[in-house]
Amino acid sequence: MPLNALEEYRWPAPDCGAMAEPKKGIVMAGETKGVERPLSPHLQIYRWQVPMLTSILTRVTGNALIVTSVLVIWWLGAAATGEEYFNTVNGIMTSFIGDIVMTLSVLGVWYHFLAGLRHLYYDAGKGLDIPTAEKLGWACLIGSVVLTILTVIIV
Amino acid sequence: MRYITDRKRAVGKGAAGSGTGHHWYMQVSAAGLAFIVPTFIYIFGKALGSDYATVLETFSHPIPAIVTGLMIIFGLHHFNRGFETLMQDYARGHTLKISIILMTVFTYGLMATGLFSLAKLAL
Repeated sequence: MPLNALEEYRWPAPDCGAMAEPKKGIVMAGETKGVERPLSPHLQIYRWQVPMLTSILTRVTGNALIVTSVLVIWWLGAAATGEEYFNTVNGIMTSFIGDIVMTLSVLGVWYHFLAGLRHLYYDAGKGLDIPTAEKLGWACLIGSVVLTILTVIIV
Repeated sequence: MRYITDRKRAVGKGAAGSGTGHHWYMQVSAAGLAFIVPTFIYIFGKALGSDYATVLETFSHPIPAIVTGLMIIFGLHHFNRGFETLMQDYARGHTLKISIILMTVFTYGLMATGLFSLAKLAL
């Protein structure tokens, strides 16, 4: 399959005329020159946009939070084990590096929280026009930072 | 233009093979977690860094213990189902199946560990 999507991009393929349906029995591009199907633009040539960035961040934060889960359950387990081990783990989690990791975790949680609420709003069929979607994206980005600062102050 | 066959559309299972069930689970658990997560952040944030006696005291109360239990169960289950979607987007065949199985084993192991610790602290 050609890597340079822009040069090879032809749709509909000239020898197919106006026919938009792919022919049956064609296995994959490269086996035939007859049908050149459109290829998705690659990330490297795709302009970054707020809805795209905020969608990717939702996935990144959601999956990265497994690290936080392991740390929190390690801490709980240490508290259940005994005072000595608890003091060790509690000390690590409140050290300088621990503080950085936990603050980033809080940022990740709040971001995923706001983006999740946005997802529920989108799923209800609302806020899908481009200006609203861009505003909601900024709301997630700015809101997560504000909530993180508030959490650090209050908690 | 239809990209799926009539039969596949009638069955309605989609590319992931589970229909709308997965999406609906994520919506339901997200709605619940919207209440659980802020409460848990407050409870855990207050307990983290305090001394051993305070931590024992905190989790012996019903509400902190119940919220922590909900957080462990639904937080990790929501994570596990979300990880499935991640893998479905980037992997196929055996890689997909084995990664989902391994992550499910890990997630449930973590969940059981957390619940055991919580029970020991709370009771």
